[in-house]
Amino acid sequence: MSPMARTAPVPAATDPAIIRNFCIIAHIDHGKSTLADRMLQLTGVVSNRDMKAQYLDRMDIERERGITIKSQAVRMPWEVEGKAYALNMIDTPGHVDFTYEVSRSLAACEGAILLVDAAQGIEAQTLANLYLAMEHELTIIPVLNKIDLPNAQPEKYAAEISKLIGCEPEDILQVSGKTGMGVEELLDKVVRDLPAPVGNPDAPARAMIFDSVYDTYRGVVTYVRVVDGSLSPREKVQMMSTETVYELLEIGVSSPEPVPTKGLGVGEVGYLITGVKDVRQSKVGDTVTNFAKPATESLGGYEDPKPMVFSGLYPIDGSDYPALRDALDKLQLNDAALTYVPETSVALGFGFRVGFLGLLHLEITRERLEAEFNLDLISTAPNVVYEVMTEDKKMVTVTNPSEFPDGKILEVHEPMVAATILAPHEFVGAIMELCQSRRGTMRGMDYLSEERVELRYWLPLAEIVFDFFDVLKSKTRGYASLDWKADGEQISDLVKVDILLQGEQVDAFSAITHRDKAYAYGTMMTVKLRELINRQQFEVPIQAAIGSRIIARETIRAIRKDVLAKCYGGDISRKRKLLEKQKEGKKRMKMVGRVEVPQEAFIAALSSEEPKKK
Amino acid sequence: MAAALPLGDPAPADGSLPASCAVGAMDRTFSVYVHIPFCAVRCGYCDFNTYTAHELGSGSSQDTYAEAVSQEIVFGAKALLDSGVPTREVSTVFFGGGTPTLLPAEDLVRVLDEIRTQWTLAENAEVTTEANPDSVTRESLQVLKDGGFTRVSIGMQSAVPHVLKTLDRTHNPDRVGMAVAWAKEAGLKVSVDLIYGTPGESIEDWRTSVNTALSYDPDHISAYALIIEEGTRLAGQIRRGEVANIDDDDHADKYLIADELFGAAGYSWYEVSNWSKDEASRCIHNLAYWRGGDWWGAGPGAHSHVGGLRWWNVKHPAAYQQRIDAGTSPAAGRETPDEDARYLERAMLLTRIVDGMDTAELLPEGRTAIAGLIADGLVVPEAAFAKKVVLTLQGRLLADAVLRRLLNY
Repeated sequence: MSPMARTAPVPAATDPAIIRNFCIIAHIDHGKSTLADRMLQLTGVVSNRDMKAQYLDRMDIERERGITIKSQAVRMPWEVEGKAYALNMIDTPGHVDFTYEVSRSLAACEGAILLVDAAQGIEAQTLANLYLAMEHELTIIPVLNKIDLPNAQPEKYAAEISKLIGCEPEDILQVSGKTGMGVEELLDKVVRDLPAPVGNPDAPARAMIFDSVYDTYRGVVTYVRVVDGSLSPREKVQMMSTETVYELLEIGVSSPEPVPTKGLGVGEVGYLITGVKDVRQSKVGDTVTNFAKPATESLGGYEDPKPMVFSGLYPIDGSDYPALRDALDKLQLNDAALTYVPETSVALGFGFRVGFLGLLHLEITRERLEAEFNLDLISTAPNVVYEVMTEDKKMVTVTNPSEFPDGKILEVHEPMVAATILAPHEFVGAIMELCQSRRGTMRGMDYLSEERVELRYWLPLAEIVFDFFDVLKSKTRGYASLDWKADGEQISDLVKVDILLQGEQVDAFSAITHRDKAYAYGTMMTVKLRELINRQQFEVPIQAAIGSRIIARETIRAIRKDVLAKCYGGDISRKRKLLEKQKEGKKRMKMVGRVEVPQEAFIAALSSEEPKKK
Repeated sequence: MAAALPLGDPAPADGSLPASCAVGAMDRTFSVYVHIPFCAVRCGYCDFNTYTAHELGSGSSQDTYAEAVSQEIVFGAKALLDSGVPTREVSTVFFGGGTPTLLPAEDLVRVLDEIRTQWTLAENAEVTTEANPDSVTRESLQVLKDGGFTRVSIGMQSAVPHVLKTLDRTHNPDRVGMAVAWAKEAGLKVSVDLIYGTPGESIEDWRTSVNTALSYDPDHISAYALIIEEGTRLAGQIRRGEVANIDDDDHADKYLIADELFGAAGYSWYEVSNWSKDEASRCIHNLAYWRGGDWWGAGPGAHSHVGGLRWWNVKHPAAYQQRIDAGTSPAAGRETPDEDARYLERAMLLTRIVDGMDTAELLPEGRTAIAGLIADGLVVPEAAFAKKVVLTLQGRLLADAVLRRLLNY
């Protein structure tokens, strides 16, 4: 058994040979945070008393959802055979929306712990991240977690893992983050099995940014892995992609609270503070070098984050528009992937078209806007980016159905994804049916074990952004897992379906769909809206149209009576209060032409749920 | 179960009113409402504050009720005087319920006498009682007339037995004609109340009821759409699917039929749900409510309004009796609507009556809305040109919608 290290190696003066940089690859709720917590305790960097559950997940939403969005790095001392080592645990986002961030975190490591729930087996997202780790030539330490659970099946899943990564099933460590069982052995294994980092200490500094976090008190905190050379406090550093120069106000390591150090050397992982206020000035993937003696070549691999899904975000109360803008500005300080431009909707007023890495990113952003900034928002149906070629051979980029060109269209290009679905074999039929209905092309199918199957599909991104995952989950009783990555584009027969209320187009309800699905969308929306919109003082036709061609129609009959028969004798207060209540209700109405549409109708119509009866 | 009382501020035990209530009192009319919270049978649709003998329990009694309510009138006269509100002649009195005629006519006269004693009754005062056709006789109506009553409002509701049954009305429809005739004989003005839109009532049923009511040749007719009040037996029956729900379109059809038949028989509307043969036959008491007059409401659950202050009494007759015995105010709560609320109330009440609301009383946004209301055929253009907002027939059916547009809700 290894004891807690008696003397921790000092940062900035640590021999790379005693450094181990690793991350944990795991599916949501497979116990990564619990295992990380246990490691923090065993290595003594967090006392039992200070232990917050899941220390590494800072944000409330992360804690609520049990997922990690932003990574951090923690330096932990650990002793093996009397020798002290410095272990850097780099936390990685676990979700497919954040593939790029994951790849940067992986690039900061030499090894990865592959953590699999012994009761559930490996999931598609874990496979995707494992694939990324192997691409980076990381040494993998496979681990089965939660072996204390009564329904754990370690033999079964050990066989599955060994088949996947080509190891012996008995080499797979069995641990329990909850009880701490096997965690010390795991730390020992990290020291023994993972290679030490290698770099040139005398070369100009090259440090890769793998995370960048906005802190209200300190500005942007940038997490780096030093590859070559060293960085020291007060020196000037340069960001190689933008050539901007900053002074290092502070440099240090997290353990897990920030501890300033005399610098960071080869192989070390730590944080930089430059006084920058915006994470976009300190971009994930960028290389930091000394300003005085700059490196000539960056570490490479930097990419600007590319939004894949767009949605319009509108305040329910129009006067909240400035507050929404401020809130997005604040979120962007901490989320370089968030992009937005002002947008006006006839129906919804002023808002923003916001670009997201994926659906989860959208949901998290929306929840943060509502929870942290106290905003009530309507989000329009998410859509992807289309390239549309008009008759005069011009390409138009469409991020919003309202930008879809009128008139004759030669081609519409839509983004595609390569999706991997893992599920028990009895659901194969249901999954194939679903993917087919979503215009998917099957690319392959493999048995991971006797029971579990991997299906690979080529699917339009637009078909999976809305409710694909929910439907997949319900068709497989929750067993299926999904991973996808962008994979080219295809030319498709896509059309824009408009929804008209009393002849007025309601931009928020327009959608770009495959021609074969246009009628279904039109019917669904017109029926939904008929249920959701109250009768008005006039008849309101609801139509769905492709261009000028009406494809579906419903009618809301005019209201004929809107009067209380009696003033309840002398109880005038009662009727007044009824009217005052109606006034409150009116605040939640949006006018489309002369038609009053309740906010709830927008929300319900734009969500995938069944409308409630009005 | 009766509808809940409003939430408001606590009311003082001595019944005193803020000084502001006295301001301009001499320019306002003064009325008295007397609530009689007793019925022989509780109707399934009714959420008014009324009790059958069985529901009533101990602690209060029909026999001593006239005495209790008379004591409140003594209390009220003193409270108003002590609060600096000058004594005014009573221009109208209205006995409502419940079923006032469940009390002996002598009891009702006893209460009226007390009102006369405490406040004096105007020479041409309108004094109305609601009446159930089963609980009046030729003699009782004569007693009322002799005691100073001038008007009787008979709860007819429908002439069709199956409709009456759904409403739990137990009276024999033939009694209505007799009651009207006796009242006329006694020299009383007569109104009949109708309810339309009861589940199961056909268009023909409704025509029958309207024509039957007209055949009695009353001075005044009220026709109210059935409202399903929460907590009533009928609401439960509808929720459980035992009885069909009411339908706004059916109500609209029946309102149009009523207005047409009443019109043809020489009655014209003066409030959304009220028609009369001539101006003199209108219910002045109700008009006083709608025009913002002052009134004292006596009896359990009764509402009062004096100079902008509204209050309401405790609901249960036993609780009421206790307060009266203790000599304290029976008020349960009160409120002084703020300026916005008073504006809403005035617009809400005045736009419902045929005299309409002065456009000058409207805020600019309300005046702006009038053009659109004329265009939509909801407001009478000629009246608007003469600076009054008066509803058209369509406008009456959509009165609440018109109001919201005037108030920019």
